[in-house]
Amino acid sequence: MRHTLRQIFRSGKFVVGFSIFMMILLIVIVYPLVVTHPPLEIIGQGTFFPPGIYVSTYDAINAPTTYMLNLTDAAAKRVANKLKNEDRLAMKEWMVAAGVPESEIDIADTESLLTLWKRHYDPNKRMEGMTFARLRYYQRVNAAIEGLLSTEAAIIAAKNRETGALEEVSAVKQTDYVNISEVANVRVLALGTDNFGRDVLTELVRATGVSLQIGFVAGLIATLIGLTLGLLAGYIGGLVDDVIMFFTNLFTVIPGFVLLILISFSIGQDKRGAFTIATVIGLTSWVWTTRAVRAQVMSLRNRDHVNLSKLSGHSIPYIILTDILPYIASYVVMALILQISSGILAEAGLSILGLGPRTTEVPTLGLMMNWAMIYQAPILGKWWAYLPVLVTIALITFSMNLMNTGLDQVFNPALRD
Amino acid sequence: MGQAVLEVNDLTTKYITRFREDIYAVDHVSLRVEEGKTLGIAGESGCGKSTLALSLMGYYFPPLHYVSGEIILNGRKITGMKPDEIRKTALGTEIAYIPQAAMNALNPTQKVINFIEDVILAHNPTQDKKDIYELARASFEVLGLPASVLHKYPVELSGGMKQRTVIAVSVILRPTVLIADEPSSALDVTSQKMVIKMLKGLMENGFIKAMIFITHELPLLYNVADDIMVMYAGQIVEKATAKQAVFDPLHPYSKGLMGSIIVPESGLRSVKLTAIPGAPPNLKKPPAGCRFAERCKYVQPECKVTYVPLYDAGNGRAYRCILSEKTLREAYQHGW
Amino acid sequence: MAGEKRVCLSGMGVTKIFGFGRTRTVAVDHVDFKFHEGEVVSIVGESGSGKTTLAKILLGLINPTEGEIYFQGQKRDIRTHRKKQEYWKNIQAIFQDPFSSYNIFRKIDSVLMDCIHMRGGRWLPHAKKVEMMAEACRFVNLKFEELTNKYPFELSGGQMQRLMIARIFLLKPKILLADEPTSMIDACSRATILDYLMDLRNAIGMTLIFITHDIGLAYYVSDTVYIMERGRFVEYGSADEVILRPKQAYTRRLISDVPKIYEEWDLSTV
Repeated sequence: MRHTLRQIFRSGKFVVGFSIFMMILLIVIVYPLVVTHPPLEIIGQGTFFPPGIYVSTYDAINAPTTYMLNLTDAAAKRVANKLKNEDRLAMKEWMVAAGVPESEIDIADTESLLTLWKRHYDPNKRMEGMTFARLRYYQRVNAAIEGLLSTEAAIIAAKNRETGALEEVSAVKQTDYVNISEVANVRVLALGTDNFGRDVLTELVRATGVSLQIGFVAGLIATLIGLTLGLLAGYIGGLVDDVIMFFTNLFTVIPGFVLLILISFSIGQDKRGAFTIATVIGLTSWVWTTRAVRAQVMSLRNRDHVNLSKLSGHSIPYIILTDILPYIASYVVMALILQISSGILAEAGLSILGLGPRTTEVPTLGLMMNWAMIYQAPILGKWWAYLPVLVTIALITFSMNLMNTGLDQVFNPALRD
Repeated sequence: MGQAVLEVNDLTTKYITRFREDIYAVDHVSLRVEEGKTLGIAGESGCGKSTLALSLMGYYFPPLHYVSGEIILNGRKITGMKPDEIRKTALGTEIAYIPQAAMNALNPTQKVINFIEDVILAHNPTQDKKDIYELARASFEVLGLPASVLHKYPVELSGGMKQRTVIAVSVILRPTVLIADEPSSALDVTSQKMVIKMLKGLMENGFIKAMIFITHELPLLYNVADDIMVMYAGQIVEKATAKQAVFDPLHPYSKGLMGSIIVPESGLRSVKLTAIPGAPPNLKKPPAGCRFAERCKYVQPECKVTYVPLYDAGNGRAYRCILSEKTLREAYQHGW
Repeated sequence: MAGEKRVCLSGMGVTKIFGFGRTRTVAVDHVDFKFHEGEVVSIVGESGSGKTTLAKILLGLINPTEGEIYFQGQKRDIRTHRKKQEYWKNIQAIFQDPFSSYNIFRKIDSVLMDCIHMRGGRWLPHAKKVEMMAEACRFVNLKFEELTNKYPFELSGGQMQRLMIARIFLLKPKILLADEPTSMIDACSRATILDYLMDLRNAIGMTLIFITHDIGLAYYVSDTVYIMERGRFVEYGSADEVILRPKQAYTRRLISDVPKIYEEWDLSTV
């Protein structure tokens, strides 16, 4: 046993797969201990906030200390941040029309662009063929630039309770800074928010945990059913084999996923919990395990050690448990790993179709995909709502298949390289 | 002495295991195969006889490695030659090898004639297919195989027929020496007899000039070989003519081996078989002295510590034991 | 000499057919036999002759399609598991390949312990059981102290086969069926195994049935030889009679195809 384990961990493929899987598992376990927000809490008033660090503006203004920093490129950065690409292109267009050589204008370099603009722009000059609206647009852009470059402070005013008049409370100068650690409310949304305004990362970690559980339960059910039926069919044979194989063949002919969809649909949305779905997946995917186990057992049951065990007077259950099961254990473990990963995929498939667990309680990887699909995240380019989910599913199945290949090479010497 | 076609001097080869241990499976073996003769190699499983067969071709691939010694094939030293050169100039044309499960070497999706084409074209890419067919048909006819076999797939042939086909294909380029490693052990007695008959006919029909025949079945070896070499734990323990080896063995191990022969012949029903207790030594850590000492009935104190060389007993006979020929014979006759 | 002894195991018209329709194969075809107590019998046949199927029928591992088997004069009844267990106390087997005869997950102790339990020794004190196992190992020149807590695959082929004999020593069956017991082990160990089998037969007076393809071995060990060809017994009789003066063409061919050392091996007959 120890020797086998040592051999398994000498297989590079298994170790890589195992490490990835353990990493995912570790994150799923440790993350909720560190970040205690409820995973399905709606925090964003709006859909698909991009990933980033969110700082409360109110708290930033009211931060206990204000620091003054004189940074030379502060103004340029401020303008650069405000100046949209289309504005820059429009400015370039104007200046080219005004006779500035095109090669001199670099729209990516905010500072040189602004200097050029200040030197050449004439608000009243009307180019040939330029509409009046366009003229106004350039005047607006120019005003905005000038506003940005002005060094006046932003005034914060409050209503006087007695007079009802606005009174200046404080002025926020352009050189004022706050230390982010002194701001009361900062929220890191590493993967932004989803369509409901929920933190995608927290949701993803929780969903991974739930999906793994679903996969595990589904895999365990499928493997247990498959193993039991396969052992019985393979070892006892005869009529038992015929009956079991009849049902197995029946299930093989009906596409498993269609069956899954039909059962899932008929259960009804409000009765579908995560574990109901897991059970349904398990109940529809035992077929291949049954067939594989049966084939293995049939080749084992005529082996001499089984005959010897019979001659030693052992009963059928005893023989199955001690003379057959240990020999196929490695095989069953591999089948279990595959069943778990295909269980996770099946859940994802079902949920994308809207037949997954009901949406109010827990997130699953499939449900997250489903939400992202419904709210058109891929079309809107909100990659953070679906890409991390895809990567997680891929990583889980990849790591499990890698472990499986590694195990296969250990247990099946013919495949060793 | 006749013309030697294969001469091996002090050949040592080793296996390197996965755990980086060295196993010297062929340990300072010298032999000489003369034209027109069959050399038999006897020994139990794990004694290195199959490794010797592989080593004799001079073509080594991991885990088997060449250590020392020389192989002279047709007067040409092949040890030290590049593997590719050996493969091109010696394998198949000067030395051919039939492993135990040779019949599984046939590609199940190819007809026998395609297999032969592959073999011949590998050595002579310009050969015309029609000529190949004629050559194959003629060879098969001489060897007593029906020409219809050429157009069959391996699954259509019985085990014995497959084995004979593989033998016929492996000698189609007329190699000088054929090494046959247990060529008939997976077959039933009738097929075995046909294979042996064919092998014996190879020399008479000029397909090969000499043969090395390896088997653990002593009655078979006795009937096929002119000379017999007994191997034990990677070393040669006895060299003799077939008759001497079976009826007058010198080394205690050969004596034991010959004493375990069972044949359905009159008067042999109640003969007591010799049993040798124990198991061969582990070749990862071979004993310093005689490798058979642990199991030997006639063991002397110095056997376990001093290296025992192969003593020449004249007339091509040799044995690896510190006891004299006379002492051994007396011990066998009157007990120890 | 066989006629004076009591018949131990016999069969009438024993037949085994596998498959049906186009795949129907008659493995054993209406064979009759009488094995006597204390006799050494060999059933000789080439691969595919049905000898292994017959062996399994004799052992009660598979049921014959037709025909009856009589054990000690009584019609054999192994319809329930309890009756099978009872039958297997009387008939045991040694298989060809020692490497596949053991469950690699069970220790040697438990293999031998099973035998003690089968002989009704389940409630014996542990020390007594160990004593019995040690005695059995001593019989085949193995040391129980060195074997205990080991797995069978840690032994050599010859040692495994000897352990098999130790198992039979503990079980003391009336009939032992040895299916090619020496074909997978080295020539030097073969003599040892055969010696132990013969010693064991003398010690507990059992009937020994060899199933083999090796006509030399059959001649060497047995009193009575049955030659089997394509599911039928073509010839049977005392070893000398069958091997030295064969009547049937098939037997003659079988014997002539085996390489000899004293007589000329005639290669012209094939």
